[in-house]
Amino acid sequence: MDALDLARWQFGITTVYHWLFVPITIGMSLLVAMVHTAWVRTGKPHYLRATKFWGKLLLINFAMGVVTGIVQEFQFGMNWSSYSRFVGDIFGAPLAMEALLAFFLESTFLGLWIFGWDRLPKKLHLACIWLVAFGTMLSGYFILAANSFMQWPVGFTIANGRAELTDFGAVLTNKVVLATFPHTIFAAWLSAGIVFMAVSAWHVGRRRDLDVFRPSLKLGLWTALISFVLIFFSGDTLGKIMTETQPMKMAAAEALYETMQPAPFSLLTIGTLDGTEPIFQLEIPGALSFLATGSFDGKVQGINDLQAQYEKEFGPGDYRPYIPITYWGFRLMIGAGALAALIALVLLWLTRKGRIPERRWIWSVAVWSVVLPIVAHSFGWIFTEMGRQPWIVFSQMETVAGVSPSVSAGTVLFSLIVFTLLYGVLAVVELGLMIKYGRKAPPPVEPPKEDDDSTLAFAY
Amino acid sequence: MTLNDVWFAAIAVLWVGYFVLEGFDFGVGMLLPLLAKDGTERRVMINTIGPVWDGNEVWLLTAGGATFAAFPEWYASLFSGFYLPLLLILVALILRGVAFEYRAKRDSDRWRAGWDRCIEIGSFVPALLWGVAFANIVRGVKLDADHEYVGTFWDLLNPYAILGGLVTLTLFATHGAIFLALKTTGDIRKRAGALALKLGVAAAVLAVAFLAWTQAQSGGNAWSVILAVLAALSLVGALVAIYRGREGWSFTLSAVAVGVAVVSLFVVLYPDVLPSTISPANSLTVQNAAATPKTLGIMTWVAVIFLPLVLLYQSWTYWVFRRRIGVRDIPA
Repeated sequence: MDALDLARWQFGITTVYHWLFVPITIGMSLLVAMVHTAWVRTGKPHYLRATKFWGKLLLINFAMGVVTGIVQEFQFGMNWSSYSRFVGDIFGAPLAMEALLAFFLESTFLGLWIFGWDRLPKKLHLACIWLVAFGTMLSGYFILAANSFMQWPVGFTIANGRAELTDFGAVLTNKVVLATFPHTIFAAWLSAGIVFMAVSAWHVGRRRDLDVFRPSLKLGLWTALISFVLIFFSGDTLGKIMTETQPMKMAAAEALYETMQPAPFSLLTIGTLDGTEPIFQLEIPGALSFLATGSFDGKVQGINDLQAQYEKEFGPGDYRPYIPITYWGFRLMIGAGALAALIALVLLWLTRKGRIPERRWIWSVAVWSVVLPIVAHSFGWIFTEMGRQPWIVFSQMETVAGVSPSVSAGTVLFSLIVFTLLYGVLAVVELGLMIKYGRKAPPPVEPPKEDDDSTLAFAY
Repeated sequence: MTLNDVWFAAIAVLWVGYFVLEGFDFGVGMLLPLLAKDGTERRVMINTIGPVWDGNEVWLLTAGGATFAAFPEWYASLFSGFYLPLLLILVALILRGVAFEYRAKRDSDRWRAGWDRCIEIGSFVPALLWGVAFANIVRGVKLDADHEYVGTFWDLLNPYAILGGLVTLTLFATHGAIFLALKTTGDIRKRAGALALKLGVAAAVLAVAFLAWTQAQSGGNAWSVILAVLAALSLVGALVAIYRGREGWSFTLSAVAVGVAVVSLFVVLYPDVLPSTISPANSLTVQNAAATPKTLGIMTWVAVIFLPLVLLYQSWTYWVFRRRIGVRDIPA
């Protein structure tokens, strides 16, 4: 493997890993803010216990998202210096704004929220967690705006050997980010909803602390279901925009080799190992046409036609992404997300009007389904990024041209090994803590102390 | 003054913010094994920075992001050129950040001891390496005509850079000890003050040597000499103040010392942002490393509006958590 492959593996591993934690953080900070609000408004102690319980899980998860995020910002310069030189004039601004507008907000107010119990007035303290929730979403907007430039570059001109900004408004309102942002945020809510569902299911199935976990379960289930509906519609919009901006990615998502009108949606395709020829296909007629164009007999361009078209436009080269990954990535994203929502729907029915099903396996399924949104998120991004290949900035710069020329393969390999080992160990630690604190009973509500000035509300 | 100069100054301000703020929380982390006599004292120390360390670290992310946006060439050459030191800093910051959150999450001495090592090493390594990195930026590195770094990792460990690393290491340790004297009560407060004095003398000697070397190397620059002297005087002032038990003044002066020392280095650096030791023609400057005036203009507006806002709410955090912490405050 050369430095390019290693740098790509490193970006893939560190980014997917970072994204294991971030969606849960985005969604959970919102849900914790909602539970905290319920306590402030009603004063019911079980809401306070729920806030503290979910808050702890949120913090365990938050820490991982924060520390792995630093790597992301440094990585562009370390492994992708040619890319950074080429796009810095456009790409750097959203990153700087993400730090200045969002990271400061998140980290400062998270510190205030953690340590501010009993020290800040109740409503001000509540405002802190809402600001954290807002900050996480704002940060998502900026980084997705930066990513959308790579998918569909707008608001720039090529001058002095680099992409130079001509319209920052266009970069921030790129039609790709306008579709990707809601889709991603709704998916983050789904993750958090499923985490609430899974953890609550563990307790409800054992009939423990029902005053805390029945409402939590309900909140999780409804969040998951509503999010899924929103994901469905935002995904539909995103699919059409993707067809318009990156038709090759849509064709690769479907392993659609020949242009078709109408085009079927493939349920299963088995291709040759190099991913260039289909062997066996099972499909729904017209469905892909609808997904891509909004009409059941719309024309969808195939990989081979697009390849020929791009050769004419950009010169000789291979403009096809690696089809098995895009094809299965797309299916795993949709399949895992839909399955999670289906489980939530069934559980909502089974627990209607305060029912608690007796069968243990029902609760086991609910607990284990926590992996589904994580799978959906990971493969969604693997599909999005792999589907853009061979481009690092679609139509402007190929990935091969973006890598750091001064960094040797050995150096990248070394850092790849370091990050993989470190991240592996931390994953075990994180998961262990999530399981430990997920199984713990919510803390009892402490009676107000006379001299609560003398001890810290929350100490590390 | 052009927008390029404004952004050179803005980047300097962000690094000043980063080193003044995270400087003391690195110091607190490094001093855990030197100051804390038992587990409770460790918790006292860690809780002095508990609510703020994460916000302090965002100054680094903002400095990195702003460099990317305002001087893409600088960002690209620096981050790819200083690959291994940055990798070590990243690993240190990851371990340290996770350690703060996780150390109290299991009731086991081994568990806590392990994470405390992470905090100590995770604070020590960046405190040392940021000095090494900045000394190399000021001294210049082997940049070729394409602005690519062509030196090795070992080139970065030259004597001047190592001295720079020792300066930040001792300076941050001093800054952290003074912060602890300001934020704690009881016995640990006294010990922190006494340790600050010892560390401060070492830091002052190393800093004066480093700043003198810097001037000799750069051929002397009136403004940076004045600033360097001012930084040294502030540090001495901080030590006098801590000796007299005036912790508030001492912390203010040590913050000034760190900040002014950083500014003095940026003054030496200007108008380069990353000089080439191969040929001055290869150097990255505020002109040839910069983004377009359009991007710089937009970023200026963003910074003018949001940086004061950040300062406002971050200061408020420090006000909310202004109380001193003692052994008595730590719940069992």
